[in-house]
Amino acid sequence: MMLLDWFSDYTLRTVILGSAILGATSGALGSFAVLRRQALLGDAVAHSTLPGIVLAFVLTGTKTSLVLLLGAALTGWLATLLILLILRQTRIREDAALGISLSIFFGLGIVLMSWVQRQPIEHKAGLDRFLFGQAAALMREDVILMSVLAVVILIMLILFWKEFKLLSFNPEYAQTLGLPVRRLDILLTGLIVVSIVLGLQMVGVVLMSAMLLAPAAAARQWTDKLSKMVLLSALFGAVAGAIGTIISSSVSHLPTGPTIIVVVSVFVVLSLFLAPERGLVWDWRRRYAQRRSFAVETALVNLYQLAAQHGSARHPHETSAIEVMMGERARKALQSLQSRGWVQASGTDLWSLTEDGEDKARQLMLKEMH
Amino acid sequence: MMTEATVQQTASKPDLNAPLAVEVNDLTVAYRSKPVLWDVDLNVPTGVLMAILGPNGAGKTTLLKSLLGLIPPAAGKVQILGQPYAKVQKRVGYVPQRGSVDWDFPTTVLDVVTMGVYGKIGWFKRPGKADRTAAMGALARVGMENFATRQISQLSGGQQQRVFLARALLQDADIYFMDEPFQGVDATTERAIIAILQEIKDAGKTVIVVHHDLQTVEEYFDWALLLNVRAIASGPVGEVFTGELLRQSYGGKISFIEDMQRYRLGEDAAALQSSARDLPPWESWGGGEG
Repeated sequence: MMLLDWFSDYTLRTVILGSAILGATSGALGSFAVLRRQALLGDAVAHSTLPGIVLAFVLTGTKTSLVLLLGAALTGWLATLLILLILRQTRIREDAALGISLSIFFGLGIVLMSWVQRQPIEHKAGLDRFLFGQAAALMREDVILMSVLAVVILIMLILFWKEFKLLSFNPEYAQTLGLPVRRLDILLTGLIVVSIVLGLQMVGVVLMSAMLLAPAAAARQWTDKLSKMVLLSALFGAVAGAIGTIISSSVSHLPTGPTIIVVVSVFVVLSLFLAPERGLVWDWRRRYAQRRSFAVETALVNLYQLAAQHGSARHPHETSAIEVMMGERARKALQSLQSRGWVQASGTDLWSLTEDGEDKARQLMLKEMH
Repeated sequence: MMTEATVQQTASKPDLNAPLAVEVNDLTVAYRSKPVLWDVDLNVPTGVLMAILGPNGAGKTTLLKSLLGLIPPAAGKVQILGQPYAKVQKRVGYVPQRGSVDWDFPTTVLDVVTMGVYGKIGWFKRPGKADRTAAMGALARVGMENFATRQISQLSGGQQQRVFLARALLQDADIYFMDEPFQGVDATTERAIIAILQEIKDAGKTVIVVHHDLQTVEEYFDWALLLNVRAIASGPVGEVFTGELLRQSYGGKISFIEDMQRYRLGEDAAALQSSARDLPPWESWGGGEG
């Protein structure tokens, strides 16, 4: 099938649109989760939704997205309460509290799911799509529901933008200003949980935290502005969702969730290396350039000082004389000096300063003294 | 040094008729049933520049945060400008410890300073042009106007501290609380900050600073509180900053303290401070990163 066919196929278009919306939502909210260091909380909540999904199915007998997702939200919320309870009542630290809550709820979910598989319940097939996600199962109604929720989330972000920003950057300061920090915290965390629950259908409980974390981490590399980071993160999430869905539907037996995560991981890796300013490649280049210019300056000053011992700043010296002082970098540095017109080669392997080079060397030495 | 301090105190005396800037009665703060602050009483008149002094773990930051309503007291009462904190929060400026935020947060210097008006512009509104102009003014006051568009991760420690100070200045408060504003800043920044604090005080406002450099207390401040879980003493620096009271606050561990009477206090203060480092167990909560 040609690429264009994907967009003319109605069902597939629905699925791609759904994945893009889910990716955008988790990308946008994920920015806040990452900046507030709540990525692990996202992971715990995502895993804790599994028993809710299974219970909702067992109790109602339907596999309607809305019902299952309400169940998911319920146990996800209970898990959050458990974490808070552990933190308040015991001396267990946050990472351990998250781990405890995650294992209890996820374990329970797996047990329930295996139990359901062995029961004579109708339509039980397909429940396990929540483990690794299955965008192909998205219906038109699901997409409408998701669009509505995504718009609600977007409006919330716009309305409470400055509060959410300050809450993420400096919550204590926000509190001294009189902002209702606790309620804002509940609201923002609530929105993050909603985006997690929505994303479950696409990537599943196991990989959901990656969908929250990866677009945000990639977006952070490209910008130093929160608004741009949130927009870019949403875009990364949407594109990864769409591309991942297209790939997984064109190759048989390729699960959607993991494919989307692989796509978004590619974004992360590229961003880590290539983003200007923060990217590793630029970092290496900067460091290389610094080392290089330092070597060149050192060679110039060395040549000057050697020559000065002979009473003339222009007295020539061999490469080996400079090599004694600064090692193998000397030859390259001298060539670079020659190309700048600060040093001239005279005879075989003899180097002397030019007039410009003499001035430059004096400047450098003066600068070092200050 | 002494004469300078005396001059400052006569230049602008605390206004003893105005309502108290801070009034604390029987304040106790506990962390897991261990008292961090115990039965603290404190009266601070309006218009002073006060240092909160004490060894590590004395509860200096905890006291500051209790005054700001950030930490609920186990017992006791706090009043700011004669009222509970919630009623006066728009008249209070706060400079938190520099290390308490993530300086890699994606935002600019001007944006951080503008946060100073977030409490005043109301829900669903964005800071406008007037707010940004005011923020630029605050930046100029701390000598950072050329850094407005700079990403905050590119700032030095001293510059970070100036940005936080500018944000508090933008609040245009009547009382300022600052947590270790001189921590890890360069000498130029320290001079710039203290000059601004003096200006604030000269305008009749109150500044309360958690401080731990004993050497500069007499030069910088006209009021002081000596704290070590309990309030040891508070009042004009000349009355509080004495060998006997310092020994009570910093503990009897310091043997050389007897020599204090013979030397200038400032010279000993540095040594006193360095030997007082290894102190109580509540540090992780009370005085550290907060």
